[in-house]
Amino acid sequence: MSELLLEVKNLKVHFDTENGTVTAVDDVSFSVKQGETVGVVGESGCGKSVTAESILRLLNEKHTHYEGNILFEEKDILKFSYSELQKLRGNDISMIFQDPMSSLNPVYTVGNQIVEALLLHQNLTKKEAEVKAVEMLKLTGIPLPEKRVNEYPHELSGGMRQRVMIAMALSCKPKLLIADEPTTALDVTTQSQILDLINELKDEFNMGTIMITHDLGVVAEVCTKVVVMYLGQVIEEASVESIFSSPLHPYTQGLLKSIPHIEGPRDEKLYVIEGKVPTLTQIPKGCRFAPRCEFATELCRDKMPQLESYENDLKVRCWHFKDIQEKRGGLNGIRNESQTVNS
Amino acid sequence: MKGYILKRLLSLIPVLLVVAVVVFLLMHITPGDPAAVILGPEASPEEVAELREELGLNKPPIEQFISWFGNVLQGDFGTSIFMKQPVSQAFFEHLGPTLSLAIMAQVLAIVVAIPLGVLAAKFRGSILDQTFMGISLLGISVPSFLLGLFLILLIGVELKWLPVAGYKPIDAGLVNHIKYLILPAIALGSMQAALIARMTRSSMLDVLNANYIKTARSKGVKETIIVIKHTLRNAFIPILTIIGQTFGTLVAGAAVVETVFNIPGIGQLIINSVERRDFAVIQGSVMLIAVSYVLINLVIDLLYGVIDPRVRLGRK
Repeated sequence: MSELLLEVKNLKVHFDTENGTVTAVDDVSFSVKQGETVGVVGESGCGKSVTAESILRLLNEKHTHYEGNILFEEKDILKFSYSELQKLRGNDISMIFQDPMSSLNPVYTVGNQIVEALLLHQNLTKKEAEVKAVEMLKLTGIPLPEKRVNEYPHELSGGMRQRVMIAMALSCKPKLLIADEPTTALDVTTQSQILDLINELKDEFNMGTIMITHDLGVVAEVCTKVVVMYLGQVIEEASVESIFSSPLHPYTQGLLKSIPHIEGPRDEKLYVIEGKVPTLTQIPKGCRFAPRCEFATELCRDKMPQLESYENDLKVRCWHFKDIQEKRGGLNGIRNESQTVNS
Repeated sequence: MKGYILKRLLSLIPVLLVVAVVVFLLMHITPGDPAAVILGPEASPEEVAELREELGLNKPPIEQFISWFGNVLQGDFGTSIFMKQPVSQAFFEHLGPTLSLAIMAQVLAIVVAIPLGVLAAKFRGSILDQTFMGISLLGISVPSFLLGLFLILLIGVELKWLPVAGYKPIDAGLVNHIKYLILPAIALGSMQAALIARMTRSSMLDVLNANYIKTARSKGVKETIIVIKHTLRNAFIPILTIIGQTFGTLVAGAAVVETVFNIPGIGQLIINSVERRDFAVIQGSVMLIAVSYVLINLVIDLLYGVIDPRVRLGRK
């Protein structure tokens, strides 16, 4: 079937800080196949963006140390030389960032910036690249692309700029697209347009996509597989259906319960996960979620659980996920509970 | 665009008025009677009184000010009591050396400081960065006359590589002209260079952290191109501001260096005029410096638009 494109294996990312080394990403593994969209979900500071930027090695390597492997088509990106990296970036793997307002260089026209990417990786003359840039803008649904191509970023709206970013990222037909919260800074209408666009173009180019987000709505809309992260670790990996119907990890369950429903009662308090995410300098000894988990036991506080495989490609990092399931009357119980909470 | 320039030129008038009031007041609270100085110690009190009447020094200060400022607005800066020539003529005769010196100092400062600032930012925290910033701190702290004297001693007297002092106009040959200007230009430009290098570094550091630099990296752009094409141009606005501001101080601050190197520029003109109590020349020169300051800043403001499309005027 579809081929394995990217495999992140036991990735650890350490940062040197003034107060010693912190580990922002701790033992993260997941994979992306051709044409597949993998969602990476988690709260702010859980290591999603660091994971994403590690794949292109965009972090400042003076203060960053990697462990593990990031295999792209079986070659380890972490071992790439600088020139190999440059050939990879923007050509095989492209990235879209969170804030379209600041992701484009304000002193060059958008056309100029797309042309730059094209000239770097494709054997085109400047003229051909300019034609291609207009084509790419048209593909992303920007009206009057011939005119827009000569405009500066500040003359475009946020949604328009994100389309430009997409046009730029896809101009060299990458095999993998990393979208780091591409819709967070946009309003809801624009958000769904941009998601549709990414989805469409993904099918057209048969790209693998990594969708970094904290928005479970985005996940439901575009992803096939979901990786849930908490404090630098993957705590659950599952297909999008099973994440929404039967989340295994108490944290994932909490996340789903805290989504307000549109038909829900207005006067009831919204569910929240108690406590807050600890900082990277005070990581709990055992399970990282234990201090906030209602099911935590001595074992949880003492020993860190490993990411375990469960039926149907599910993976979860929890000592008690089976007991919790039983306590709640199996998967259906969880489903009912989340419905009662929300209704 | 034209409207904008016109507006800026009109804004010269209030600036000039303020400068005029300050200069005028300063002149008139300074002790020393110009008439007595012109005539020398031998003159009798009657002769001095006669000259005071002739120069209009006996009129009330307000009246003196109004008639003088009115003339200034018409382009007449008065006549030098001592040199017996129009102030503007004296000013422009001395402008050449000062302008040559200021431009040379500025060019040297820019050519040295921007690459150093860029390198310091790019290799932030390295020994290179610390060395450059140490040197720039020295550049800011060492007064220009001291550096000038030191350069004269070392390069002029000991090594005999360059002339000790003096000035040769361009007519005497470009090489000759530059040879006499190098030392004073270094003395004058070192502080500007230090300021520009520091501003370049901090501005570059800001921009290097910007999201669009990450975007450029994620496209596969080479690091050198990122620094030169993507970062420097964005970092240039504050650098340009510093250059504009310091160019004004270069013209005005040349006085000390001109004295040390014996260059017949505006600085010397003003200093000599102060000694002679030549009010008209002092007032006129300060006014003309103020005008050039405003004009330089106008040019800088127009250059912003060239660099940054967001501040471009009249673009639809």
